[in-house]
Amino acid sequence: MRLPRPLLRFLLPLLILVAWAVASHLIANPYILPTIASVLEVLLHPFQDILGSGSLVENALISIGRVALGFLLGALVAVPLGILMGRSEDTKTFCDSTIELLRPVPPLAWVPLALAWFGIGLSSIVFIIFIGAFFPILLNTIDGVRGVKRTWVEAAATLGAQERQILVRVILPGALPTIWTGLRVGFGIAWMCVVAAEMLPGTTSGLGYLILYAYNFGQMQVILAGMVVIGLIGLSIDYLFKEVEGRKFGWRELER
Amino acid sequence: MKLQIRDVSRDFVTGEGEVVHALEGVSLEVGERECVCILGPSGCGKTTLLRIVAGLDQPTSGSVFIDAHRIDKPCPKLVMIFQEYSLFPWRTVRENIAFGLEIQGVPKEQVAGPVERYLGLVGLADFGGHYPYELSGGMRQRVAVARALAIEPEVLLMDEPFGALDAQTRNVMQRELLRLREKTQKTILFVTHSVDEAVFLADRIVVLTRRPGKIREIVPVTHCAHPRDRTCREFVEIRRHVLDLISEGRGDAAAGPDG
Repeated sequence: MRLPRPLLRFLLPLLILVAWAVASHLIANPYILPTIASVLEVLLHPFQDILGSGSLVENALISIGRVALGFLLGALVAVPLGILMGRSEDTKTFCDSTIELLRPVPPLAWVPLALAWFGIGLSSIVFIIFIGAFFPILLNTIDGVRGVKRTWVEAAATLGAQERQILVRVILPGALPTIWTGLRVGFGIAWMCVVAAEMLPGTTSGLGYLILYAYNFGQMQVILAGMVVIGLIGLSIDYLFKEVEGRKFGWRELER
Repeated sequence: MKLQIRDVSRDFVTGEGEVVHALEGVSLEVGERECVCILGPSGCGKTTLLRIVAGLDQPTSGSVFIDAHRIDKPCPKLVMIFQEYSLFPWRTVRENIAFGLEIQGVPKEQVAGPVERYLGLVGLADFGGHYPYELSGGMRQRVAVARALAIEPEVLLMDEPFGALDAQTRNVMQRELLRLREKTQKTILFVTHSVDEAVFLADRIVVLTRRPGKIREIVPVTHCAHPRDRTCREFVEIRRHVLDLISEGRGDAAAGPDG
């Protein structure tokens, strides 16, 4: 017997919930595994202050604000640089080794440097997010620009387009689907970075701070509620990116 | 209008540092409203020649003039139509045709008129809102022709534009091209490796030799009136003559009919 697809989709989460309910009942220790009800209790009161460190919504908005800032800065540098590197072989060769060396360094490895340079506070967090978002956006932009068909560029040239017009009207729209993928992946990594960066010493707000703070008070239900919110926000934003991709860039899949 | 190709040669340097002579001393004059087909075996440099005329490639020596203007970069008087599909897939058919006019800074309200006119001219009036991927190969090339005509060039440069189409569609497109030529009075320089296509379309056929590409002979076809019957005596005679020229160059007299 086969289950219908929608049912299959929700089967695993359902099983996990059941296992959780059973386990929390058996363990009977809220410091190790709180009950589902206690986590729901936190989730259902998103505007309620938690241990004097603000509500879920407040902290979520702060995290989203930080990630937006770091992500936008990352995109602002990575997209133009990627276009330049995608267009000019010299620029690419010039930058390649440096980028290949820095790319595998995890964003969190930059934390000590960030603290030394920017001190404790927003700048350090934004810097870590910037690093996280930067590389996927850069690499996808380069790929996208290099993937623009030569025939498109030459067709535009023969129709009278100048260098700048070709860039704006052919290279950019031609590379945009791939750049968009880079932005989506970059945002995903940026979102992971913000939560980690908010666990740095001296931070006093954001979802990352909230769950670490809750740990110090043994509030497991807050930790789990915070994790659920982090997951849901990441999922929603990824969904938005994919939605735009499907609507605006459908031609990439169909053009074959 | 007069298009002059003066003693054009083009060498390429391969990855191994070898010099390949693609074209050698090609001179040709194309008059107003003439349709000239450049014919030759693959690798004879015919596409290179067309790209040089389009300003997309530079000759190693020699030059190309349109009237008194020397071509060293793309020039809107000559528009190239490519073998591969060159339409912008993120633009609708209408937006594709509008591209050249937008580039020239023609105000939006003055773009719609010509776009609809050329859309109708190539028989795609009902497909303006479609995207290229929704069209067949033949329809896409019609859009490419409309997009080229929209900027009102003097010369159409066509690089095996029907090469990727099936035989049936190809014949239809050849007749269409002749009809469009009749209507728009454009000068056409057309590259093909199909003898049949060349004899069907051209006023003159320029036969190139195998690499390095040189002009072997220029065969006039003007005495054969349009619409040409592919089975009439003149047609078959010219076809045989051109085939002979090509197979001599190839060094095998028993070359089968090509295209």
